[in-house]
Amino acid sequence: MSVNVSVNEPAVKAAAENAAGANTENKEWRPRIVAFCCNWCSYAGADLAGSSRLSYPADVKIIRVPCSCRVNPMFILKAFERGADGVILCGCHPGDCHYSTGNYYTRRRMALLFSMLDYIGVERGRTRVEWVSAAEGARFSAVMNDFVAKITELGENVKVGDLRCKK
Amino acid sequence: MQKVSEKVIARARELMHDGTVSKVVGWKAGEFFYDCEPNVFETEESLKDLVYNRFCGANLSKYMIKNSIASGGEGAGKVLVLLKPCDTYSFNQLLTEHRIDRENVYILGVGCEGMCDIDRIRERGFKGITGVLEADSGNELVITTLYGEGKVNIDDVLLNKCDSCKGKAHKIYDELISDNEDEGPRGDRFEGVRELEAMSPEQRFAFWQAELSKCIRCNACRNACPACSCRKCVFDNNASGIASKANTDSFEEKMFHIIRAFHVAGRCTDCGECTRVCPQGIPLHLFNRKYIKDINDFYGEYAAGEEAGQRGPLISFTEQDIEPGHAVVKGGN
Repeated sequence: MSVNVSVNEPAVKAAAENAAGANTENKEWRPRIVAFCCNWCSYAGADLAGSSRLSYPADVKIIRVPCSCRVNPMFILKAFERGADGVILCGCHPGDCHYSTGNYYTRRRMALLFSMLDYIGVERGRTRVEWVSAAEGARFSAVMNDFVAKITELGENVKVGDLRCKK
Repeated sequence: MQKVSEKVIARARELMHDGTVSKVVGWKAGEFFYDCEPNVFETEESLKDLVYNRFCGANLSKYMIKNSIASGGEGAGKVLVLLKPCDTYSFNQLLTEHRIDRENVYILGVGCEGMCDIDRIRERGFKGITGVLEADSGNELVITTLYGEGKVNIDDVLLNKCDSCKGKAHKIYDELISDNEDEGPRGDRFEGVRELEAMSPEQRFAFWQAELSKCIRCNACRNACPACSCRKCVFDNNASGIASKANTDSFEEKMFHIIRAFHVAGRCTDCGECTRVCPQGIPLHLFNRKYIKDINDFYGEYAAGEEAGQRGPLISFTEQDIEPGHAVVKGGN
């Protein structure tokens, strides 16, 4: 027996939307966060956080880099362009770089880049640099929890879209 | 200006004639008298087109990369380049980066009293402009038009980059033709940056959105910039994701300008060529000056190109450098 149901009927519409995953009302918005972690300190710190059963939000997507100074400013802008709501860069504490001086360069570059992002109007809370050593699992977890909380507060990153089409 | 101009042209001819130099990198008038463009003069005869006037704003330093390297070889002769005071900073910076073969270059430092912007003259209501002459006295220019004559104050019609001046002193030269005395820097070049910093993030974003949406990605800023001299440019890589034009669903324009400014951060001499050449009138110097101001604030005063062989702020560090989190707050905005 065939049933003629109009697609305009509210129940059907809702079901279709649910099926397509378009119903966002019931879904809590979660931020998308990219974390660049240096192989020698912060990535090991994340490992330690895991093996110590310390939790940090699943919204954080870690990208492992050989050294924090591997992070080209373009990586950060690209992450924003592709929809990241926040970008955090973690490396060894100054003085502890596996390659002796990499993170000192990172520090200068990021100081300038973040200042520039602020200058063009991207909220300053969306970018952060934290130094996390391999022994600081608890710190890694605390930093990530804090950063996710801050980004959740700031909300979705809508500014870093196309200039001509938006607004 | 007139006197300096005559002397410069005569001296260039002389140097070419006696064989000191085999080429002259200077300016020649384009289609209109105010369209002075860089030109390489290779024969004595061609030097009749050499000009030096109020519209020679172009910085010739970058042309010396190709011309100084290519002119190498026995008996090839040197290349004469005419440099205004602010252009010498760019030349020094290129020397620091080993992009210019100093041995092949003969620098004729030319005095400058500020370069004019034809658009600013037009904005003051002049139509059918046929000539711009120095007034006999005072700080004025005589504009001759099809409909008569008028006078303007020079300070009102200078190029954007001449609104603030680094000073009239040449930082490097072999010979100098100038009758200006160095009065030191003039104007506050960070005024525009401070104004933006005082705005709210929303206002700043709206400002840049309005400005950068004009960008047509013609790459003129990159091509004119003396600091943008990489043999292979990241923006020429089609796979970089920031090389296309009119990509309407991305962050490209902003990314392009932030990255371009970042690549020259610490090396930019603030010569102002980017803003001068922009066909859309985007105030690109505000990006570079922001970086310069931040570098000065965070790491101490630094002027790229002040002397050859300096170590730039982004290829050095100290153990006590400011943390990026604090830097954003200290940056003044």
